[in-house]
Amino acid sequence: MNSTSFLYSLLSMGGIALFFSLLIALANKKLHVEEDPKISLIAECLPGANCGNCGYAGCNNFAEALAGGKSQISNCPVCSPSAREEIARIMGVDVKIGERKVAVVFCQGGDNVATKKAEYRGVKSCFAANLVSGGERACSYGCIGLGDCVAVCLFDAIHMDENNLPVVDRAKCTGCGNCVTACPRGVIELHPISHHVFVLCKNRDVGRIARTVCKRACTGCLLCEKAVNGQGFKVIDNLAVVDHALYTKELVLPTEKCPTKAIVILGNKDEQ
Amino acid sequence: MNLILIFISAAIINNYVLVSFLGICPFIGVSKKLGSAVSMGMATTFVMTITAALAWLLNKYILVGLHLEFLQIVSFILVIASVVQLVEMFIKKVSQPLYEALGIFLPLITTNCAILGLALFLVMKQYNFIESIFFGFGSGVGFTLALIIMAGIREELELADVPEPFKGAPITLIVASCLALAFMGFSGII
Repeated sequence: MNSTSFLYSLLSMGGIALFFSLLIALANKKLHVEEDPKISLIAECLPGANCGNCGYAGCNNFAEALAGGKSQISNCPVCSPSAREEIARIMGVDVKIGERKVAVVFCQGGDNVATKKAEYRGVKSCFAANLVSGGERACSYGCIGLGDCVAVCLFDAIHMDENNLPVVDRAKCTGCGNCVTACPRGVIELHPISHHVFVLCKNRDVGRIARTVCKRACTGCLLCEKAVNGQGFKVIDNLAVVDHALYTKELVLPTEKCPTKAIVILGNKDEQ
Repeated sequence: MNLILIFISAAIINNYVLVSFLGICPFIGVSKKLGSAVSMGMATTFVMTITAALAWLLNKYILVGLHLEFLQIVSFILVIASVVQLVEMFIKKVSQPLYEALGIFLPLITTNCAILGLALFLVMKQYNFIESIFFGFGSGVGFTLALIIMAGIREELELADVPEPFKGAPITLIVASCLALAFMGFSGII
Protein backbone atom coordinates (compact mmCIF):
# COMPACT_ATOMS: atom_id res chain seq x y z
CA MET A 1 0.00 0.00 0.00
CA ASN A 2 1.40 3.36 -0.96
CA SER A 3 0.63 6.82 0.36
CA THR A 4 -1.84 7.70 -2.43
CA SER A 5 -4.11 4.75 -1.74
CA PHE A 6 -3.84 5.57 1.95
CA LEU A 7 -4.97 9.10 1.21
CA TYR A 8 -7.70 7.90 -1.16
CA SER A 9 -9.12 5.45 1.33
CA LEU A 10 -9.10 8.10 4.02
CA LEU A 11 -10.84 10.59 1.78
CA SER A 12 -13.35 8.20 0.26
CA MET A 13 -14.40 6.66 3.57
CA GLY A 14 -14.56 10.05 5.16
CA GLY A 15 -16.61 11.34 2.25
CA ILE A 16 -19.05 8.42 2.38
CA ALA A 17 -19.43 8.78 6.12
CA LEU A 18 -19.97 12.51 5.83
CA PHE A 19 -22.53 12.05 3.06
CA PHE A 20 -24.56 9.54 5.04
CA SER A 21 -24.33 11.44 8.29
CA LEU A 22 -25.65 14.54 6.54
CA LEU A 23 -28.43 12.46 5.00
CA ILE A 24 -29.38 11.01 8.37
CA ALA A 25 -29.19 14.38 10.06
CA LEU A 26 -31.53 15.75 7.42
CA ALA A 27 -33.89 12.80 7.78
CA ASN A 28 -33.80 13.17 11.54
CA LYS A 29 -35.02 16.73 11.14
CA LYS A 30 -37.71 15.79 8.65
CA LEU A 31 -38.89 12.59 10.28
CA HIS A 32 -38.65 13.76 13.85
CA VAL A 33 -41.20 12.14 16.13
CA GLU A 34 -42.36 13.95 19.22
CA GLU A 35 -41.46 11.75 22.13
CA ASP A 36 -42.16 12.06 25.78
CA PRO A 37 -39.30 14.31 26.93
CA LYS A 38 -39.15 12.27 30.13
CA ILE A 39 -37.78 9.30 28.20
CA SER A 40 -34.48 10.87 27.25
CA LEU A 41 -34.15 12.50 30.68
CA ILE A 42 -34.66 9.15 32.40
CA ALA A 43 -32.36 7.39 29.96
CA GLU A 44 -29.59 9.79 30.94
CA CYS A 45 -29.94 8.80 34.59
CA LEU A 46 -29.90 5.09 33.93
CA PRO A 47 -26.54 3.31 34.10
CA GLY A 48 -26.46 2.71 30.35
CA ALA A 49 -25.01 -0.73 30.87
CA ASN A 50 -27.77 -2.36 28.77
CA CYS A 51 -27.45 -5.42 30.98
CA GLY A 52 -31.06 -6.50 30.45
CA ASN A 53 -31.70 -7.38 34.09
CA CYS A 54 -34.85 -5.23 34.09
CA GLY A 55 -36.34 -7.49 31.43
CA TYR A 56 -36.09 -4.94 28.62
CA ALA A 57 -33.72 -5.01 25.68
CA GLY A 58 -31.71 -2.05 26.91
CA CYS A 59 -31.67 1.02 29.09
CA ASN A 60 -33.55 3.05 26.48
CA ASN A 61 -36.41 0.59 26.33
CA PHE A 62 -36.46 0.50 30.12
CA ALA A 63 -36.62 4.30 30.18
CA GLU A 64 -39.63 4.18 27.86
CA ALA A 65 -41.30 1.63 30.11
CA LEU A 66 -40.58 3.78 33.16
CA ALA A 67 -41.97 6.89 31.52
CA GLY A 68 -45.03 4.92 30.49
CA GLY A 69 -45.48 3.63 34.02
CA LYS A 70 -45.08 0.04 32.84
CA SER A 71 -42.09 -0.72 35.00
CA GLN A 72 -40.45 0.41 38.21
CA ILE A 73 -36.97 1.68 38.82
CA SER A 74 -36.53 -1.00 41.47
CA ASN A 75 -36.34 -3.48 38.59
CA CYS A 76 -32.93 -2.03 37.75
CA PRO A 77 -30.36 -3.68 40.01
CA VAL A 78 -27.47 -1.50 38.87
CA CYS A 79 -28.98 1.95 39.33
CA SER A 80 -27.45 3.98 42.18
CA PRO A 81 -29.65 5.53 44.90
CA SER A 82 -28.89 9.07 43.70
CA ALA A 83 -29.93 8.20 40.15
CA ARG A 84 -33.12 6.68 41.51
CA GLU A 85 -33.92 9.91 43.31
CA GLU A 86 -33.23 11.85 40.13
CA ILE A 87 -35.59 9.62 38.14
CA ALA A 88 -38.22 9.89 40.82
CA ARG A 89 -37.90 13.67 40.58
CA ILE A 90 -38.33 13.52 36.79
CA MET A 91 -41.39 11.37 37.18
CA GLY A 92 -42.70 13.62 39.93
CA VAL A 93 -43.10 10.92 42.54
CA ASP A 94 -41.58 10.44 45.97
CA VAL A 95 -38.78 8.00 46.25
CA LYS A 96 -39.32 5.20 48.65
CA ILE A 97 -36.28 3.11 49.27
CA GLY A 98 -37.62 -0.13 50.60
CA GLU A 99 -35.99 -1.75 53.55
CA ARG A 100 -33.57 -4.45 52.56
CA LYS A 101 -34.95 -7.94 52.88
CA VAL A 102 -33.00 -11.06 53.66
CA ALA A 103 -33.83 -14.71 53.53
CA VAL A 104 -34.55 -16.47 56.81
CA VAL A 105 -34.53 -20.24 57.12
CA PHE A 106 -37.46 -21.23 59.31
CA CYS A 107 -36.06 -24.52 60.50
CA GLN A 108 -33.47 -25.59 63.01
CA GLY A 109 -33.84 -29.28 62.33
CA GLY A 110 -30.30 -30.17 61.38
CA ASP A 111 -29.12 -33.77 61.39
CA ASN A 112 -28.15 -33.35 65.07
CA VAL A 113 -31.66 -32.68 66.30
CA ALA A 114 -34.08 -33.97 63.68
CA THR A 115 -35.34 -37.50 63.82
CA LYS A 116 -34.29 -39.57 60.85
CA LYS A 117 -37.08 -41.68 59.45
CA ALA A 118 -35.30 -43.39 56.57
CA GLU A 119 -32.20 -43.34 54.45
CA TYR A 120 -32.52 -41.41 51.20
CA ARG A 121 -30.27 -42.53 48.37
CA GLY A 122 -32.00 -40.82 45.46
CA VAL A 123 -31.12 -37.71 43.49
CA LYS A 124 -29.41 -35.17 45.74
CA SER A 125 -32.08 -32.55 45.43
CA CYS A 126 -34.74 -31.39 47.85
CA PHE A 127 -37.20 -31.13 44.98
CA ALA A 128 -36.68 -34.75 43.97
CA ALA A 129 -36.68 -36.03 47.54
CA ASN A 130 -39.86 -34.15 48.28
CA LEU A 131 -41.57 -35.86 45.36
CA VAL A 132 -40.64 -39.36 46.48
CA SER A 133 -40.86 -39.53 50.22
CA GLY A 134 -39.89 -36.19 51.66
CA GLY A 135 -36.26 -37.11 52.27
CA GLU A 136 -34.65 -38.51 55.37
CA ARG A 137 -36.04 -36.33 58.11
CA ALA A 138 -39.22 -37.25 59.86
CA CYS A 139 -40.59 -33.70 60.02
CA SER A 140 -42.90 -33.10 57.10
CA TYR A 141 -42.71 -29.31 57.48
CA GLY A 142 -39.00 -28.68 57.85
CA CYS A 143 -35.84 -28.51 55.83
CA ILE A 144 -35.00 -31.58 53.72
CA GLY A 145 -31.32 -30.72 53.84
CA LEU A 146 -30.19 -31.49 50.29
CA GLY A 147 -29.27 -27.92 49.43
CA ASP A 148 -31.50 -26.77 46.57
CA CYS A 149 -31.39 -23.31 48.11
CA VAL A 150 -27.59 -23.29 48.10
CA ALA A 151 -27.53 -24.35 44.46
CA VAL A 152 -29.77 -21.51 43.25
CA CYS A 153 -28.09 -18.73 45.23
CA LEU A 154 -26.26 -16.46 42.82
CA PHE A 155 -24.59 -14.48 45.56
CA ASP A 156 -22.89 -17.17 47.62
CA ALA A 157 -25.05 -16.08 50.54
CA ILE A 158 -26.44 -19.39 51.72
CA HIS A 159 -24.46 -22.43 52.84
CA MET A 160 -25.08 -25.80 54.42
CA ASP A 161 -23.67 -26.15 57.91
CA GLU A 162 -22.22 -29.38 59.32
CA ASN A 163 -25.71 -30.62 60.13
CA ASN A 164 -27.00 -30.12 56.60
CA LEU A 165 -29.01 -27.08 57.51
CA PRO A 166 -28.83 -23.98 55.32
CA VAL A 167 -27.41 -20.85 56.94
CA VAL A 168 -27.99 -17.44 55.37
CA ASP A 169 -25.19 -14.90 55.32
CA ARG A 170 -27.30 -11.84 56.14
CA ALA A 171 -24.61 -9.47 54.89
CA LYS A 172 -24.40 -11.09 51.46
CA CYS A 173 -28.08 -11.86 50.94
CA THR A 174 -29.70 -9.60 48.36
CA GLY A 175 -33.24 -10.75 49.00
CA CYS A 176 -33.64 -11.95 45.41
CA GLY A 177 -35.91 -14.76 46.56
CA ASN A 178 -34.33 -17.52 44.48
CA CYS A 179 -34.00 -19.76 47.51
CA VAL A 180 -37.57 -19.01 48.57
CA THR A 181 -38.89 -20.40 45.30
CA ALA A 182 -36.39 -23.26 45.25
CA CYS A 183 -37.39 -24.66 48.63
CA PRO A 184 -40.10 -27.28 48.07
CA ARG A 185 -41.16 -27.05 51.70
CA GLY A 186 -41.49 -23.27 51.82
CA VAL A 187 -39.12 -23.13 54.77
CA ILE A 188 -37.32 -19.99 53.60
CA GLU A 189 -39.01 -16.58 53.80
CA LEU A 190 -37.90 -13.05 53.06
CA HIS A 191 -37.96 -10.73 56.06
CA PRO A 192 -36.93 -7.10 56.48
CA ILE A 193 -33.46 -6.78 57.92
CA SER A 194 -34.90 -5.10 61.04
CA HIS A 195 -36.65 -8.31 62.06
CA HIS A 196 -34.48 -10.18 64.51
CA VAL A 197 -36.69 -12.32 66.70
CA PHE A 198 -37.96 -15.44 64.99
CA VAL A 199 -39.66 -18.69 65.82
CA LEU A 200 -37.57 -20.86 63.56
CA CYS A 201 -40.02 -23.65 62.99
CA LYS A 202 -42.81 -24.44 60.56
CA ASN A 203 -44.16 -27.54 62.24
CA ARG A 204 -47.90 -27.39 62.84
CA ASP A 205 -48.22 -30.87 64.30
CA VAL A 206 -49.59 -31.11 67.79
CA GLY A 207 -46.89 -30.90 70.46
CA ARG A 208 -46.72 -34.61 71.08
CA ILE A 209 -45.85 -35.39 67.46
CA ALA A 210 -43.72 -32.29 66.94
CA ARG A 211 -41.52 -33.34 69.86
CA THR A 212 -40.90 -36.76 68.38
CA VAL A 213 -39.79 -35.48 64.96
CA CYS A 214 -37.42 -32.74 66.09
CA LYS A 215 -35.80 -31.54 69.29
CA ARG A 216 -36.05 -27.92 68.16
CA ALA A 217 -39.66 -27.95 66.98
CA CYS A 218 -42.20 -25.45 68.22
CA THR A 219 -44.66 -27.58 70.08
CA GLY A 220 -47.26 -24.90 70.51
CA CYS A 221 -46.92 -25.15 74.28
CA LEU A 222 -48.11 -21.55 74.83
CA LEU A 223 -45.28 -20.80 77.29
CA CYS A 224 -44.07 -17.88 75.21
CA GLU A 225 -47.54 -16.46 74.80
CA LYS A 226 -48.09 -16.61 78.53
CA ALA A 227 -44.68 -15.17 79.38
CA VAL A 228 -45.37 -12.01 77.40
CA ASN A 229 -49.07 -11.85 78.23
CA GLY A 230 -50.00 -12.36 74.61
CA GLN A 231 -48.12 -9.20 73.58
CA GLY A 232 -45.83 -10.27 70.79
CA PHE A 233 -46.33 -13.99 70.55
CA LYS A 234 -49.41 -15.81 69.45
CA VAL A 235 -49.79 -19.53 68.97
CA ILE A 236 -51.74 -20.29 65.83
CA ASP A 237 -52.23 -23.89 64.68
CA ASN A 238 -49.69 -25.21 67.18
CA LEU A 239 -47.07 -22.78 65.99
CA ALA A 240 -45.93 -19.60 67.70
CA VAL A 241 -45.98 -16.49 65.53
CA VAL A 242 -43.95 -13.37 66.34
CA ASP A 243 -45.40 -9.89 66.14
CA HIS A 244 -42.36 -8.24 64.56
CA ALA A 245 -43.56 -4.72 65.27
CA LEU A 246 -42.83 -5.25 68.97
CA TYR A 247 -39.34 -6.70 68.62
CA THR A 248 -37.38 -4.44 66.34
CA LYS A 249 -35.53 -2.28 68.85
CA GLU A 250 -34.35 -4.38 71.77
CA LEU A 251 -32.45 -7.46 70.83
CA VAL A 252 -33.27 -9.37 73.96
CA LEU A 253 -35.12 -12.61 73.83
CA PRO A 254 -38.61 -11.80 75.07
CA THR A 255 -38.67 -15.08 76.85
CA GLU A 256 -36.09 -17.63 77.83
CA LYS A 257 -38.84 -20.05 78.52
CA CYS A 258 -39.08 -21.81 75.17
CA PRO A 259 -38.43 -25.44 76.10
CA THR A 260 -37.20 -26.40 72.63
CA LYS A 261 -35.20 -23.21 71.95
CA ALA A 262 -37.27 -22.56 68.85
CA ILE A 263 -37.26 -18.81 69.50
CA VAL A 264 -34.01 -17.30 68.25
CA ILE A 265 -32.39 -13.93 67.64
CA LEU A 266 -30.84 -13.61 64.20
CA GLY A 267 -28.37 -10.93 63.17
CA ASN A 268 -27.64 -7.76 65.13
CA LYS A 269 -28.93 -4.22 65.37
CA ASP A 270 -26.15 -2.65 63.34
CA GLU A 271 -26.83 -4.45 60.08
CA GLN A 272 -28.41 -2.53 57.29
CA MET B 1 -35.20 -12.41 -19.58
CA ASN B 2 -31.86 -12.24 -17.84
CA LEU B 3 -33.33 -9.88 -15.24
CA ILE B 4 -36.21 -12.24 -14.50
CA LEU B 5 -33.78 -15.11 -14.12
CA ILE B 6 -31.67 -13.10 -11.68
CA PHE B 7 -34.78 -12.19 -9.74
CA ILE B 8 -36.07 -15.77 -9.49
CA SER B 9 -32.63 -17.11 -8.75
CA ALA B 10 -32.17 -14.68 -5.86
CA ALA B 11 -35.67 -15.12 -4.51
CA ILE B 12 -36.13 -18.86 -4.68
CA ILE B 13 -33.27 -20.92 -5.96
CA ASN B 14 -30.55 -19.22 -3.96
CA ASN B 15 -32.88 -18.08 -1.20
CA TYR B 16 -30.71 -16.39 1.38
CA VAL B 17 -32.32 -17.90 4.44
CA LEU B 18 -33.21 -21.39 3.33
CA VAL B 19 -30.41 -22.17 0.91
CA SER B 20 -27.47 -19.97 1.89
CA PHE B 21 -28.38 -19.89 5.60
CA LEU B 22 -27.79 -16.18 5.92
CA GLY B 23 -29.97 -14.01 8.13
CA ILE B 24 -31.18 -16.80 10.40
CA CYS B 25 -31.48 -14.48 13.41
CA PRO B 26 -34.44 -12.37 12.23
CA PHE B 27 -35.81 -15.48 10.50
CA ILE B 28 -36.26 -17.12 13.91
CA GLY B 29 -36.81 -13.89 15.82
CA VAL B 30 -39.56 -12.18 13.84
CA SER B 31 -41.44 -15.18 12.47
CA LYS B 32 -43.85 -15.56 15.36
CA LYS B 33 -46.65 -13.52 13.84
CA LEU B 34 -47.58 -13.25 10.20
CA GLY B 35 -48.20 -9.50 10.39
CA SER B 36 -44.84 -8.52 11.78
CA ALA B 37 -43.13 -11.06 9.50
CA VAL B 38 -44.58 -9.31 6.46
CA SER B 39 -43.51 -5.87 7.64
CA MET B 40 -40.07 -7.11 8.62
CA GLY B 41 -39.76 -8.68 5.19
CA MET B 42 -40.79 -5.44 3.53
CA ALA B 43 -38.35 -3.39 5.58
CA THR B 44 -35.56 -5.83 4.76
CA THR B 45 -36.50 -5.85 1.07
CA PHE B 46 -36.35 -2.09 1.00
CA VAL B 47 -32.97 -2.04 2.71
CA MET B 48 -31.68 -4.76 0.37
CA THR B 49 -32.79 -2.98 -2.79
CA ILE B 50 -31.34 0.36 -1.77
CA THR B 51 -28.18 -1.29 -0.52
CA ALA B 52 -27.76 -3.17 -3.78
CA ALA B 53 -27.96 0.06 -5.77
CA LEU B 54 -25.70 2.03 -3.45
CA ALA B 55 -23.21 -0.78 -3.04
CA TRP B 56 -22.92 -1.16 -6.79
CA LEU B 57 -22.34 2.57 -7.30
CA LEU B 58 -19.90 2.68 -4.43
CA ASN B 59 -18.00 -0.32 -5.67
CA LYS B 60 -17.86 0.76 -9.29
CA TYR B 61 -17.01 4.43 -8.93
CA ILE B 62 -15.16 4.66 -5.66
CA LEU B 63 -13.69 1.33 -4.66
CA VAL B 64 -12.72 -0.03 -8.07
CA GLY B 65 -12.04 3.39 -9.52
CA LEU B 66 -9.57 4.22 -6.78
CA HIS B 67 -8.27 0.64 -6.36
CA LEU B 68 -9.61 0.44 -2.82
CA GLU B 69 -11.28 -2.99 -3.05
CA PHE B 70 -9.96 -3.88 0.39
CA LEU B 71 -12.43 -1.39 1.85
CA GLN B 72 -15.43 -3.32 0.51
CA ILE B 73 -16.71 -4.74 3.77
CA VAL B 74 -16.24 -1.56 5.78
CA SER B 75 -17.85 0.71 3.23
CA PHE B 76 -20.75 -1.68 2.59
CA ILE B 77 -21.47 -1.87 6.30
CA LEU B 78 -21.45 1.91 6.40
CA VAL B 79 -24.04 2.00 3.61
CA ILE B 80 -26.21 -0.67 5.21
CA ALA B 81 -26.13 0.97 8.63
CA SER B 82 -27.14 4.33 7.19
CA VAL B 83 -29.98 2.88 5.14
CA VAL B 84 -31.26 0.94 8.15
CA GLN B 85 -31.14 4.09 10.22
CA LEU B 86 -33.23 5.89 7.62
CA VAL B 87 -35.73 3.03 7.45
CA GLU B 88 -35.98 2.98 11.22
CA MET B 89 -36.72 6.70 11.37
CA PHE B 90 -39.24 6.34 8.60
CA ILE B 91 -41.10 3.46 10.24
CA LYS B 92 -41.08 5.23 13.58
CA LYS B 93 -42.62 8.25 11.95
CA VAL B 94 -45.17 6.36 9.90
CA SER B 95 -46.26 3.58 12.23
CA GLN B 96 -45.41 3.53 15.93
CA PRO B 97 -47.13 0.14 16.53
CA LEU B 98 -45.12 -1.46 13.75
CA TYR B 99 -41.97 0.11 15.19
CA GLU B 100 -42.73 -1.50 18.53
CA ALA B 101 -43.67 -4.84 16.98
CA LEU B 102 -40.37 -5.09 15.12
CA GLY B 103 -38.53 -3.93 18.22
CA ILE B 104 -34.86 -4.66 18.42
CA PHE B 105 -34.90 -6.57 15.12
CA LEU B 106 -35.35 -3.38 13.16
CA PRO B 107 -31.95 -1.84 14.06
CA LEU B 108 -30.57 -5.36 13.89
CA ILE B 109 -31.17 -5.39 10.14
CA THR B 110 -27.80 -3.64 10.17
CA THR B 111 -26.12 -6.78 11.34
CA ASN B 112 -28.24 -9.06 9.19
CA CYS B 113 -25.59 -11.01 7.32
CA ALA B 114 -27.96 -11.55 4.38
CA ILE B 115 -27.62 -7.88 3.49
CA LEU B 116 -23.84 -7.75 3.70
CA GLY B 117 -23.85 -11.06 1.83
CA LEU B 118 -25.97 -9.45 -0.88
CA ALA B 119 -23.54 -6.55 -1.30
CA LEU B 120 -20.53 -8.85 -1.47
CA PHE B 121 -22.27 -11.31 -3.82
CA LEU B 122 -23.26 -8.71 -6.34
CA VAL B 123 -19.67 -7.56 -6.61
CA MET B 124 -18.52 -11.15 -6.92
CA LYS B 125 -21.08 -11.92 -9.63
CA GLN B 126 -20.16 -8.76 -11.55
CA TYR B 127 -23.71 -7.63 -12.20
CA ASN B 128 -24.43 -4.32 -13.87
CA PHE B 129 -26.47 -1.60 -12.15
CA ILE B 130 -29.95 -2.75 -13.22
CA GLU B 131 -29.08 -6.39 -12.56
CA SER B 132 -27.86 -5.45 -9.11
CA ILE B 133 -31.13 -3.76 -8.25
CA PHE B 134 -33.09 -6.79 -9.43
CA PHE B 135 -30.74 -9.03 -7.50
CA GLY B 136 -31.27 -6.98 -4.32
CA PHE B 137 -35.01 -6.83 -4.76
CA GLY B 138 -35.19 -10.56 -5.50
CA SER B 139 -33.14 -11.35 -2.42
CA GLY B 140 -35.48 -9.24 -0.33
CA VAL B 141 -38.52 -10.97 -1.78
CA GLY B 142 -36.89 -14.33 -1.06
CA PHE B 143 -36.21 -13.28 2.51
CA THR B 144 -39.80 -12.11 2.90
CA LEU B 145 -41.06 -15.35 1.40
CA ALA B 146 -39.05 -17.44 3.86
CA LEU B 147 -40.24 -15.28 6.76
CA ILE B 148 -43.89 -15.52 5.70
CA ILE B 149 -43.80 -19.28 5.19
CA MET B 150 -42.15 -19.70 8.56
CA ALA B 151 -44.59 -17.37 10.32
CA GLY B 152 -47.54 -19.22 8.80
CA ILE B 153 -46.21 -22.55 10.00
CA ARG B 154 -45.38 -21.20 13.44
CA GLU B 155 -48.86 -19.80 13.90
CA GLU B 156 -50.19 -23.29 13.20
CA LEU B 157 -47.55 -24.79 15.48
CA GLU B 158 -49.01 -22.82 18.38
CA LEU B 159 -52.02 -25.12 18.15
CA ALA B 160 -50.06 -28.31 17.62
CA ASP B 161 -49.24 -30.77 20.35
CA VAL B 162 -45.49 -30.32 20.37
CA PRO B 163 -43.53 -32.51 22.82
CA GLU B 164 -42.44 -30.46 25.83
CA PRO B 165 -38.65 -30.42 25.15
CA PHE B 166 -39.20 -29.33 21.54
CA LYS B 167 -41.40 -26.34 22.30
CA GLY B 168 -40.19 -22.94 21.10
CA ALA B 169 -36.84 -22.65 19.36
CA PRO B 170 -36.10 -26.39 18.82
CA ILE B 171 -39.26 -27.13 16.82
CA THR B 172 -38.72 -23.91 14.88
CA LEU B 173 -35.25 -25.00 13.87
CA ILE B 174 -36.55 -28.43 12.86
CA VAL B 175 -39.26 -26.83 10.74
CA ALA B 176 -36.65 -24.51 9.23
CA SER B 177 -34.52 -27.49 8.25
CA CYS B 178 -37.52 -29.17 6.58
CA LEU B 179 -38.16 -25.96 4.66
CA ALA B 180 -34.51 -25.82 3.64
CA LEU B 181 -34.78 -29.39 2.37
CA ALA B 182 -37.84 -28.43 0.34
CA PHE B 183 -36.03 -25.44 -1.16
CA MET B 184 -33.12 -27.67 -2.12
CA GLY B 185 -35.51 -29.14 -4.66
CA PHE B 186 -35.22 -25.93 -6.68
CA SER B 187 -31.47 -26.18 -7.03
CA GLY B 188 -30.18 -26.60 -10.53
CA ILE B 189 -33.27 -25.23 -12.25
CA ILE B 190 -31.40 -22.23 -13.59
